[in-house]
Amino acid sequence: MSALLVLPIVLPLVGAAASILVGRSRRAQRTIGVGVLAAVTANAIALLVIVDRDGPTATQAGGWPAPLGITLVADRFSAMMLTTASVMLLAVLVYAIGQPGPERHHVGFQSVYLILTAGVSTAFLTGDLFNLFVAFEMLLTASYVLMTIGGREEQVRAGMTYVVISLIASSLFITALALVYAATGTVNMADLAGRIADLPSGVRSAFAVLLLVVFGIKAALFPLFFWLPDSYPTAPTAVTAVFAGLLTKVGVYAIIRSQTLLFPDDTRPDELILWVAAATMLIGILGAIAQDDVKRILSFNIVGHIGYMVMGLGLFTVAGVAGAVYYTVHHIVAMTTMFLVGGLIEHVAGSSRLGRLGGLITTAPVLAVLFLLPALSLAGIPPLSGFVGKYALVGAGLAADRYTVVSVSLLVSLLTLFSMVKIWSGAFWSPALEAPEGRAHEPGRIGGPALMVAPTAALVAVSLAIAFAAGPLYDLSERAAGDLLDPVAYVTEVLGG
Amino acid sequence: MSILLAAAAAALFGVGTYLVLQRKLSRIIIGLGLISHGANVLFLMSGHRGRAPLIGRGDPEDFADPLPQALALTAIVITFGVTAFLLALAYRSYLLTQDDEVQDDIEDRLVARGGFADREVAEEEEAAEPAARETTQ
Repeated sequence: MSALLVLPIVLPLVGAAASILVGRSRRAQRTIGVGVLAAVTANAIALLVIVDRDGPTATQAGGWPAPLGITLVADRFSAMMLTTASVMLLAVLVYAIGQPGPERHHVGFQSVYLILTAGVSTAFLTGDLFNLFVAFEMLLTASYVLMTIGGREEQVRAGMTYVVISLIASSLFITALALVYAATGTVNMADLAGRIADLPSGVRSAFAVLLLVVFGIKAALFPLFFWLPDSYPTAPTAVTAVFAGLLTKVGVYAIIRSQTLLFPDDTRPDELILWVAAATMLIGILGAIAQDDVKRILSFNIVGHIGYMVMGLGLFTVAGVAGAVYYTVHHIVAMTTMFLVGGLIEHVAGSSRLGRLGGLITTAPVLAVLFLLPALSLAGIPPLSGFVGKYALVGAGLAADRYTVVSVSLLVSLLTLFSMVKIWSGAFWSPALEAPEGRAHEPGRIGGPALMVAPTAALVAVSLAIAFAAGPLYDLSERAAGDLLDPVAYVTEVLGG
Repeated sequence: MSILLAAAAAALFGVGTYLVLQRKLSRIIIGLGLISHGANVLFLMSGHRGRAPLIGRGDPEDFADPLPQALALTAIVITFGVTAFLLALAYRSYLLTQDDEVQDDIEDRLVARGGFADREVAEEEEAAEPAARETTQ
């Protein structure tokens, strides 16, 4: 049982080391990478089944009891996130192998990618605020390397912004940790849940807002999102897809976890979170509409849709948090798929600028289908998964009498559709006018290399499955939200009753 | 003692923030180093301090709290690694652009190319140019 909690972290790290050792053989590296991620995925699914059946499960590394040792813990929410993340990481790795680009040219790509995986798993499974910091550093350091791999001028410029803003966020995180430790004498999250309640309410609110800022930078919340649309589009496609799908969502996970577990009802900054959510949605989507490049439109869409998840959290009701959990799962899959399709468009047409694209509906009809499904899902068209998520969130918002944020979310949904239609009409429907700026490839019958199209199609299928299994999945999200808002089982499991 | 450490942390944060807001990459990196030192100093203040760490056996009350030291050490190592990476990146940036300055982001450049503010500047320059030529002649 405890092995299931340790393996998602240890396997990728061992795999990363092995991948360096067999650096001469690209084939061996790929076998290790895909094998490790497949194992992590299987492990995550098993963990999800067990946790959903038996409730939260915890293990103490080295056998030191809870507040002292390193705690690994999984509840329904973290198991769901781990499962979604590992499925997505596996699909993107296969895509990266099929794509002419960094994976083929750099010996280190596979091992850095595995370290990123280990960091993500640690972030989802740790029960300790300091280890959350370490997990963030693991995945961020790996992401710095992936973002600047190749070292083009554009990448170095954007990578610089990204590294600097992440480092500032990390320093703020350390500051928050120091203050929390000074006030409570512990950094174990389950232990903190009890001790923070004893602090004066002003100090509690300060901690809640400080942690919101720290994780808000990572999750690209308004007004802390400026680094994202600038830095993401310059990375190689497969890398951008991982960042878009996962890294901001790790930030969202940390926000949801810290705000629900650590702080009692009366200090949660719910008003603030709702305003931030509304502003994030609106500014993000307006930014997307103003762009004329596929990757940049999608990057701004990430920002806009982070707002939905945070809005669900800001309601602090079971229905709201359940909507946020469901929406996060949907968004990881849909957003990654969109970026993978964006990469395919660039591969086939030689550019991602809308002005230079056109006529793809006739030259690559498969791509049109692969684009349209997740695009409509993001915009919230029934019966796709985005509709279910938004329906749940809007319902929860109305039940809590938060009409402003609900109306903003509906407007943003409409504008998302507009930004998607912009890509659709620019890239697929309009006639091709100018010659491409990059090197175009023959799309072939399936719209690109099989190893790039297959994982994209698989993720579209997963996205459809999320929509068709919406009933059971939403029930699961609701149980996860119940755990989050009433963390007694989590705390007793970690501290041992 | 504690007030000294607090003042040191505050000074480090202040100077660091000032340097991070500059446009030279080298200053930004030094600023980041100072900010993270400030955070570490703050960390050291959080345990009960002023005594020796664990030596031999004895009453736990006689020792300083070792946990903040361990955590600060981890944080120092991580910051060290990231700063080294950042320096390498800055050097790469210098090789590519021959300059230490942070460049404008794409959005700024697009706005400039769309030419709202810049068109006016260009027109003014154009208007000023013939006059300047005449005076030099």
